[in-house]
Amino acid sequence: MAQSAAPAPAASTAIPAVAPISLKEIAPWALFVGVLMLLLLYFVGAEQGATSLVSGENVHEWVHDGRHLLGFPCH
Amino acid sequence: MNSISVRALLVRGMLAGLAAGVLALIVAYLLGEPHVDAAISFEEAHSHDHGGGEEPVSRTLQSTAGLATGVLVYGVALGGIASLAFCTALGRIGRFGPRATAALISLGALIAVYLVPFLKYPANPPSVGDPDTIGKRTALYFLMIALSVLLSVGTVILGKRLAPRLGNWNATVVAGAAFVVAVGLAYAFLPGVNELPDDFPAGLLWKFRLSALAMQLLLWTGFGLLFGHFAERLLTPRAGAQEEKARAAAPAG
Repeated sequence: MAQSAAPAPAASTAIPAVAPISLKEIAPWALFVGVLMLLLLYFVGAEQGATSLVSGENVHEWVHDGRHLLGFPCH
Repeated sequence: MNSISVRALLVRGMLAGLAAGVLALIVAYLLGEPHVDAAISFEEAHSHDHGGGEEPVSRTLQSTAGLATGVLVYGVALGGIASLAFCTALGRIGRFGPRATAALISLGALIAVYLVPFLKYPANPPSVGDPDTIGKRTALYFLMIALSVLLSVGTVILGKRLAPRLGNWNATVVAGAAFVVAVGLAYAFLPGVNELPDDFPAGLLWKFRLSALAMQLLLWTGFGLLFGHFAERLLTPRAGAQEEKARAAAPAG
């Protein structure tokens, strides 16, 4: 195998390198919105199945078909 | 690049996820629902102690508004998470532009979030699965998703580490092979689940699982293409302008 170092000048014809977004910028969004999104997934995928935050079974029954078709264990 | 672009990408990711959810919903309604109904008929014909009384949500609502709620919320939530993954991966996984990065993130998400867990714990229609083991099955399924996502992230990091020594192609192949081995080990050590009623129709099970798979393929293809388009326009406005100029010039020239 030839050394594949120094790729910059050769590849310059195609795509210019995209500057990464700093992780410090992403972290707060990832924390707050990421947790919110995971909570949404929990309500679609598991609430009132294995564990219940809300009593009754209306959440489970309402998303029943989605839960089956999205691959979550339902009942 | 400032924080406004993370927010803008997140909003676009959730919108693209919503639109992709609509595509998946169409497939779910047209391909999936007939199999759900058939499985429920099987359940009713075979259970002798189904004295549950009134269903709290009617089948009509479950198969329309309920299904739509589930699939669309799933689309928005995963679209949001995928756009955060995109923000992290952009410019860090090689010389890929926004569109190609979005396509790779979608492919990776399809594999990590759905395909790998699906091959061990596939989607089941109503009447498959013992209600008494729901806790164990849910824990195993979410564990498998978490493991698969962690292994995928590890694979990308491994590939990046190996790239300077092996070159991009070989590093990708080696990291991919390591991922396959790790997933194989996870499959081998995690307990299997087989709670299929004896006389459940094999054809129905197969078709139900295919339609579940079709939903995910459409969801992630739709998300990747749409979010990639949004991200490209947002992050390289010059490219968008050039395309439009070319399009405007085409009829004249």
